[in-house]
Amino acid sequence: MTATAIAPSHKAPATDADRTLLEIRGLEKRFSLSGDFLEQLKFKGGRLVREQKFVHAINGIDLDIRRGEALCVVGESGCGKSTVARIVMGLIHPSGGEIHYDGTRIDDLSTKSLMPYRRRMQMIFQNPYASLNPRMTIQQTLEEPIRLHHPDWNRQQVADKVAEVMHSVGVAPDWGKRYGHEFSGGQRQRIAIARALAVDPEFIVADEPISALDVSIQAQVLNLLMDAQQQRNLTYLFITHDLAVVEHFGTRVAVMYLGRVCEVAPTATLFATPRHPYTRALLSAIPRLEDDRPQHIRLKGEVPTPVNLPSGCVFHARCPHANARCREEVPTLIAHDGGGRVACHAIEEGRLV
Amino acid sequence: MSLLEVNYLDVRFALRRGEVQALRDVCFSLDRGERLGIVGESGAGKSVAAFSLLNLISKPGYIAGGSIRFDGQELTGLSDRALRRIRGHRISMIFQDPMMTLNPVLTIGEQMIECLKAHRRIARREARAIALRKLEQVQIPSPEARLDQYPHELSGGMRQRVIIAIALLLDPDIIVADEPTTALDVTIQAEIMALLLELCEKHNVGLILITHDLGVVSQVTQRMLVMYAGRVIEQGPTREIINDPQHPYTQGLMNALPQMATPGERLNQIPGSMPSLDNLPSGCAFHPRCAFTRHPDGSERPSCRCQVPEFVASGNCQVACHMVAEMIERERIPAEETTR
Repeated sequence: MTATAIAPSHKAPATDADRTLLEIRGLEKRFSLSGDFLEQLKFKGGRLVREQKFVHAINGIDLDIRRGEALCVVGESGCGKSTVARIVMGLIHPSGGEIHYDGTRIDDLSTKSLMPYRRRMQMIFQNPYASLNPRMTIQQTLEEPIRLHHPDWNRQQVADKVAEVMHSVGVAPDWGKRYGHEFSGGQRQRIAIARALAVDPEFIVADEPISALDVSIQAQVLNLLMDAQQQRNLTYLFITHDLAVVEHFGTRVAVMYLGRVCEVAPTATLFATPRHPYTRALLSAIPRLEDDRPQHIRLKGEVPTPVNLPSGCVFHARCPHANARCREEVPTLIAHDGGGRVACHAIEEGRLV
Repeated sequence: MSLLEVNYLDVRFALRRGEVQALRDVCFSLDRGERLGIVGESGAGKSVAAFSLLNLISKPGYIAGGSIRFDGQELTGLSDRALRRIRGHRISMIFQDPMMTLNPVLTIGEQMIECLKAHRRIARREARAIALRKLEQVQIPSPEARLDQYPHELSGGMRQRVIIAIALLLDPDIIVADEPTTALDVTIQAEIMALLLELCEKHNVGLILITHDLGVVSQVTQRMLVMYAGRVIEQGPTREIINDPQHPYTQGLMNALPQMATPGERLNQIPGSMPSLDNLPSGCAFHPRCAFTRHPDGSERPSCRCQVPEFVASGNCQVACHMVAEMIERERIPAEETTR
């Protein structure tokens, strides 16, 4: 079901749609909290010991992104979704695991050999106020990536490319001479999208691209992203916490909690029948326009700290269906007949349907 | 008479490049125990409206005109000393960012006791007992221990609970909450909103909820105002506005929500963006973005461009729109003719 739903209706041959563009295998990322070597030395019980503390941001993630789809990663703050985006883009290095892009492992490549991949994948950041260089004009901002990736192009070719990309995202040509601060948030995000599209990428990682924008502007930017996907046959990895956007935009959804994926499913399936207890709670928490009083599933407590990860299933302390096995054994993603995969012992054992 | 009545409120900011009018002709009222939502995008003036209730607008902003009557007392022009008897006592505020609101160098208990002692002659021990009781009300786990903790030791959701507890300390008549859950995650947001709602209902406290989230407004409030470029453009019972918005801007805002479109289809966007306050379009501030500036026969409606629309009653709602006014007028005339 998924393959046909994902395939863009025009152009791309059928075989293309089945192909996985990006594979994430056993990805792990720890951030050290303890500073450098000298700061890690502690004096305990008359002896010098070395102590290190880590934030376990990502704890073993397997994800596939197929050509032409928009995979949305959702979760609450601190669940590691932005870290996934940054590792995929090669902005930070993983502590473990592998990333394969179009069949090639890219997480261990040198900066130089990564260059061709950097052209094929681009990123759009959350805050358009911070992601545009304040000392560059819009023209310069848009030219920079083109010059970097096509050093052999002459001036005219670069200018033509900038003009084309400006036109395609609805940036007026006279904006070129102006600076980032002269524009509103929505306009800046448009420019950031133009910059990402300037080198004709095939894969775009968008980290909360509309969260900083107002409702009416969000719609404009989302439409732009969807138009770009259709025209250029793009693949998206879309990071967001806004479930309404996911329902509208995503082909498939991955729900993350404390650095693990707890459920992956085609969007329609996930929203119609969420399976993982956390997904159910998350979906029930969206404020809806229709009903007067929400019947939301209340979770016990709050998200535990990723410094001391809970044993077993990371969600067990807040889960109403947890038992002894959940406290000890880490659940793995298991495919179900709805087309998705869930990591939950209760579902596997049939305790929860 | 309502508990709070705001009439023709006019707030300006005297900037070097000239005066900017942040609020124009804002009128609304709040009954005891009523919950009112103020909705709008950034720059619409919703936060200025909330802040001006307690004259919390800092220079160069000032209240240039209009009146704010609370429980029979006029608040505009009141001295700071007199205002302090109302601020935090009878009207309290909850701000957006829970980390910015709490003092990082004082324990939670210290801050709560300080607030109580500022308003009442009260013994320390007694104040602490009240603080503890309020923390219990907001369902914080192990409240006794929290009193001696510092704000950084608590999570975002917990901090916002503490702030709600502080807002409730002196049993206020009204709580003004400015985007209280925007900085929080969805699941925490749902819990905090449910808590706020429950406490307001239980203690018969009025709530003015400022937010950009139509979903939150629809679930919490009974009446709502929609603001655009410093003006109220539509107000009425929340359910009626949500189910059947009249003003083209409110309609646009609702239709732009992803849940209003078929998944995968284009969203219904409003073209353009909100004008800046120092360069407002003439007439109706929304007219350059509005799809209804023409009559049904295609001819232009000049009033949209030249004249600021007045409020007209449409059902239980008030709408400031020339197109709506015209429609109501057209419906009324044939109705009158038939009755004659």
